[in-house]
Amino acid sequence: METQAAQKRASRIPLPFKLLFRDPLAGAAAVFLIIVTACAIIAPMLIGHLAEAPNFRARNMAPFSLEQGFAYILGADTLGRSLLARLAVGARNTLGIAAIAVMCSLLIGGTLGLIAGYSRGWLGNAIMRATDIVMSFPSLLLALIVLFSLGPSIPNLILVLAITRVPIYLRTTRAEVLEVRERMFVSAATALGASDLRLIFSHIAPMVLPTVLTIGAIDFATVVLAESSLSFLGLGIQAPAFTWGSMVATGRGYLANAWWVAFWPGLAILLTTLSLNILSSWWRTYADPHQRWRLELGKKERK
Amino acid sequence: MFAYVFRRSIQSLIAVAGLLVLVFFLSRLTGDPAYLYLPLDSTPAQRDAFNELNGFNDPIYIQFGRYLLDLVQLDFGTALSRNRPAMEVTLQAFPETLKLAAIAMTLAIVMAIVVGSLAAARPNGFFDRIATTASLAGASAPDFWVAIVAILVFSVSLGLLPTSGTGTALHWIMPIGVLMLRPFGLLTQVVRGSMMGVLTSAYVKTARAKGVSGQKIVFVHALRNAMLPVVTVAGDLAATLVNGAVVIETIFGWPGIGKLMIDAILRRDFALIQSTVLVTAVAIFILNIVIDLIYAALDPRIRHQAA
Repeated sequence: METQAAQKRASRIPLPFKLLFRDPLAGAAAVFLIIVTACAIIAPMLIGHLAEAPNFRARNMAPFSLEQGFAYILGADTLGRSLLARLAVGARNTLGIAAIAVMCSLLIGGTLGLIAGYSRGWLGNAIMRATDIVMSFPSLLLALIVLFSLGPSIPNLILVLAITRVPIYLRTTRAEVLEVRERMFVSAATALGASDLRLIFSHIAPMVLPTVLTIGAIDFATVVLAESSLSFLGLGIQAPAFTWGSMVATGRGYLANAWWVAFWPGLAILLTTLSLNILSSWWRTYADPHQRWRLELGKKERK
Repeated sequence: MFAYVFRRSIQSLIAVAGLLVLVFFLSRLTGDPAYLYLPLDSTPAQRDAFNELNGFNDPIYIQFGRYLLDLVQLDFGTALSRNRPAMEVTLQAFPETLKLAAIAMTLAIVMAIVVGSLAAARPNGFFDRIATTASLAGASAPDFWVAIVAILVFSVSLGLLPTSGTGTALHWIMPIGVLMLRPFGLLTQVVRGSMMGVLTSAYVKTARAKGVSGQKIVFVHALRNAMLPVVTVAGDLAATLVNGAVVIETIFGWPGIGKLMIDAILRRDFALIQSTVLVTAVAIFILNIVIDLIYAALDPRIRHQAA
């Protein structure tokens, strides 16, 4: 009885999480991402007002000093605005924009991929040639041209980020559909008289979804970097709104006398994308049956 | 093999043509160039005369037709912001970017092969952990921030390297170092992953059983097969490298095509936007053909499949 109860208790923690925290690097990355996400959601409500409030006694205040309270631990910019508060608000904007952009490109790319994979005619071909155009050219330049012609605003920024990432979802979905389409259950559904739409959305789409979601998670870091670059070049988010990327751009002007204004937001970008990449690399090892034993083995050796 | 390359080339050429059309119409949407080229107190009549002179008053399909006609005659228009032929300005800047990108890419590939292979030789070993973390950091780092921090450390604090511009060999160090960071990170991941796959294959086990030394297995037997995905990814990275070049050239004041493009977009210099896009797209197109040929040379299956 007791051993059964103990086994039950042990198995309550799902295997991926147990393995995750056995790998110190992946565990740290997961914890960091949870903290950043929590900060992005909660912190703007608590100290958000400090992000906009000039405090002239804290102008260009150096970091690691508690003179003005804990909110100024990372220093302040030329107007004396708390960098910690600005980082928190920047986190909300950066992660929010990237999340919406990833969801948009996932939806658009997934739907187009389903169509391109399912239709054998000109439509599928036309979609593939259109993605070739988007893929054959540096995404940043395409985004710059589009943003400059449509005008920089948050919806346009999201649109541009989504469009440049669409080909990845589209191609993966199409490849998966081409394979799934040949399976027995699809033929069975066709024989039973299911319509094209029903076949695509209730039979094929659920099979493809997990792969596309995994790519979305991996792609999130790339989108964060792309948004930061655009905002850094001045065609992304526009003042008074700001993201980590535009914070680096602002701080660039004060590099010689206040390095911390540009340093912290860049470090935040680096740590966030690094954590995302560590986690996705860990996930790839975990999801690969040929490699997973490396994660399971590590524990016993250390014990 | 040539049929295969030919088919791929036709596909890419269609993509390049589509891109040029797209860029032509998008750039016309950016607004009225007269406001940027004439003084602020210019009258509507003067702006109208400016647009008339440059043909911006015609309907857009006439402008597009004229663009195509000029393109056939290899006339790429005048760069308004510099008052010189657009193609001349572009071709002057292009080699600067090409040199930068070629050096950065070569260094990145060589380093990625050595580091990635050594990491894969002993997975989860000490070197592997360091190499994996370093390559992930390279792939995750925002290049504009790394550039700024590098300027802060090496130029402002230590005074070792010049902050921007060209001239001496010292000017090359920071732009190349920052530009190669991302390709190096991504390629090391790819080399390590594909090497790990190859090293568990049967023919490697056979070689090991026959007593071939570890280093010889990795660098002679396995590397050739492990290189296939590396070639593909290295080709895909070319477009990414131009992204990086735009940012790096802006920060380090490098007179390359990336900086030229940004300036052209910001100054609504339509002819210059189009010629820079054309040159970049054609360069990437040629590179893709070269990659296809290398791929066919490395992998006999592709050679025979298409022949």
